[in-house]
Amino acid sequence: MYLNSIFTDPVRLERLMDISQSSWLPLIEGMIQYTIPLSFIAFVLGLAIAVLTALARISTIKIFQVIARVYVSIIRGTPLLVQLFILFYGLPTIGVVIDPFPAAIIGFSLNVGAYASEVIRAAILSIPKGQWEAANTIGMSYAQSLRRVILPQAARVSIPPLSNTFISLIKDTSLASLILVTEMFRVAQQIAATNYEFLLLYGQAALIYWLVCFLLSLGQGRLENRFDRYVSR
Amino acid sequence: MISITDLHKKFGKLEVLKGIDLKLEKGQAVVVIGPSGSGKTTFLRCLNILEVPSKGVITIDEQTVDFSKPVSKKQVNAFRKQSAMVFQHYNLFPHMTALENVMEGPVIVQGIDKATARKKAQALLEKVGLADKADEYPFQLSGGQQQRVGIARALALEPKVMLFDEPTSALDPELVGEVLQVMKDLAAEGMTMVVVTHEMRFARGVADEVLFMDGGVIVERGKPEDIFSHPKEARTQQFLSLISNTDAI
Repeated sequence: MYLNSIFTDPVRLERLMDISQSSWLPLIEGMIQYTIPLSFIAFVLGLAIAVLTALARISTIKIFQVIARVYVSIIRGTPLLVQLFILFYGLPTIGVVIDPFPAAIIGFSLNVGAYASEVIRAAILSIPKGQWEAANTIGMSYAQSLRRVILPQAARVSIPPLSNTFISLIKDTSLASLILVTEMFRVAQQIAATNYEFLLLYGQAALIYWLVCFLLSLGQGRLENRFDRYVSR
Repeated sequence: MISITDLHKKFGKLEVLKGIDLKLEKGQAVVVIGPSGSGKTTFLRCLNILEVPSKGVITIDEQTVDFSKPVSKKQVNAFRKQSAMVFQHYNLFPHMTALENVMEGPVIVQGIDKATARKKAQALLEKVGLADKADEYPFQLSGGQQQRVGIARALALEPKVMLFDEPTSALDPELVGEVLQVMKDLAAEGMTMVVVTHEMRFARGVADEVLFMDGGVIVERGKPEDIFSHPKEARTQQFLSLISNTDAI
């Protein structure tokens, strides 16, 4: 019925074209103003949390291990949406009020931190013990060994799984619409609420998400090539 | 130069080193031989504190560490700077070129400026015969070349003692010679060296002294010609006859 009406009713087709045309700009604005900054900031902060968490997990100090385990367990064991709701709607009831955007940043960073920490932990553990020993024997401290020897090699191993994490994150930021961040999906919802063209608007949003993720996977390929210069193929 | 007193190392309940006493003079090249599991590699690693001894005192040059007491990280780092290790599996940093591998210690640990370190690294690569391989990554080099970069990397720190842990065991037979030659040159220059190896010809030709280890102790030590031609201890005789048998095969 719907399909029929588009192709048989030129007036409706024109209306759809008009709405579509006037929607691209606000949608892309939502992407550029909120979705992308949110994703980037949360990913960078999340990675920092992830590295610290991974190091805590593999440290010999018991209390660090426990804190890291509990953190990862809680974040992985509860839905992201619930975490966001607790931050934005829950905390104000005990007097902690956080604006939508910072609340989203905190929520997504903690989420990325937990998932990526497992990736980074595995990557660090995949580096042969001889690399630590070689770093030690030339007199490097723990921090120097990590920075110069271990993490650069672990980064190479981590690129594919971390790219996954990043792409998931971009799509997950649509959940921020539910805590009132006017990222792209919320913009789509707002426009659709005025004209009821849900399929059109959500379809346009999906297309933009897909395009962005596609560009990112191209970036992943380039990054992998760069890091692969020192391994034989 | 090196003085070791009553060195013990336990892994859990297993005692791998059961009291090693040793004194070495500056400029001596010492070869440690012995069956696998004899503790020779552990002994070598203790000298660089890659394994922390359970007990004992080690002095290298002017620094002494007593492992009966708790040892701080600072002490370990200071002590390590006196020796440098060459590994069986080279353990080069795969994400750095040959030159960068050699520069890494001087630049990052010793804080020498890059230009000076680069010159020095280039000279060391030349010394091990790899001047033309400076910009190659480890995966582009043969095992023998990688090991020579490993030696250059160790030398870059200007250690007082060079430690070699079976440096040729992972190499194809035809590549062993080039690595031994570099080591021979070092010995001739008067570098103090402790070498764990199965290369008996190298031991004979280069070592000032040979130690035979078995069961976590030094069973016998002496000039190479004495050890190889008329070993006193039964265990030494047995080990050497086993080795010469496989040589014959």
